[in-house]
Amino acid sequence: MITEFAFWFIVFMTVISAGTVVLSNQLVYSAVALLFTLFGVAGLYVFLWADFIAGVQILVYVGGILVLIIFGIMLTNRITSVRLSQTNVQQGVGAVVLIWLFIFLSMVITKTPWLTRPAVEPIGTTAGVGTLLLTKYLLPFEVISVLLLGALIGAAVLSRKEN
Amino acid sequence: MDQLNNYLFVAAILFSLGVFGVVTRRNGIAVLMGVELILNAANINFIAFSRFGATAAGNINLDGHVFGLLVIVLAAAEAAVALAIIINIYNNMNTINVDEASSLKQ
Repeated sequence: MITEFAFWFIVFMTVISAGTVVLSNQLVYSAVALLFTLFGVAGLYVFLWADFIAGVQILVYVGGILVLIIFGIMLTNRITSVRLSQTNVQQGVGAVVLIWLFIFLSMVITKTPWLTRPAVEPIGTTAGVGTLLLTKYLLPFEVISVLLLGALIGAAVLSRKEN
Repeated sequence: MDQLNNYLFVAAILFSLGVFGVVTRRNGIAVLMGVELILNAANINFIAFSRFGATAAGNINLDGHVFGLLVIVLAAAEAAVALAIIINIYNNMNTINVDEASSLKQ
């Protein structure tokens, strides 16, 4: 009962704050709403028994990406500038695309007979994920570490002052 | 709570909202936030299918977790590079409106 209530609370928090992210006129409000969306998604991971991914989500998204985004907002927002509208003229078309896309995805979700199988709740997933990363998925793991290094160097080169 | 469709619907809502944000926002950073919503929606699907599509022994399928982990790492790399580009555009053109910043060279 209490877990059911917590689940629906997390679902509604995620969806409402995601709506705020795309609809708010103030960019800082969007960033704060994104915080709640990311926490809500981490909560959904906990309900899906993915404890390690939930921790990584909070560490990387909330602790890293969101801080980066807020830094970007502070560096590019002129306080003295006149406040412009945050959305372009395509909002009507965008809303049509949004509704059409959601209806399409809902039909796919409801009409497909998903093959599910009951599972027992694991004690922890960290050991399993680590084993998979170093055996079956060793090549993607190494490739993504090289990609992270490339992104690091690329971001440093791009944001450096030219002299 | 134990229904696969609930999670898929949440992911569908997040994905649609993310696409809406990407196509309607004019600020580059807001577009980036829309992309993050889309990536999160995909990740919910990965983790949900890994939870509900168990192996024959009744254990949950951890391959989806590995995919989710890789998506999170890619999102971090993408955010770092995108913000570096946005700050560069702001320094050069004094705007981060993605409709105005349409030229590759000054």
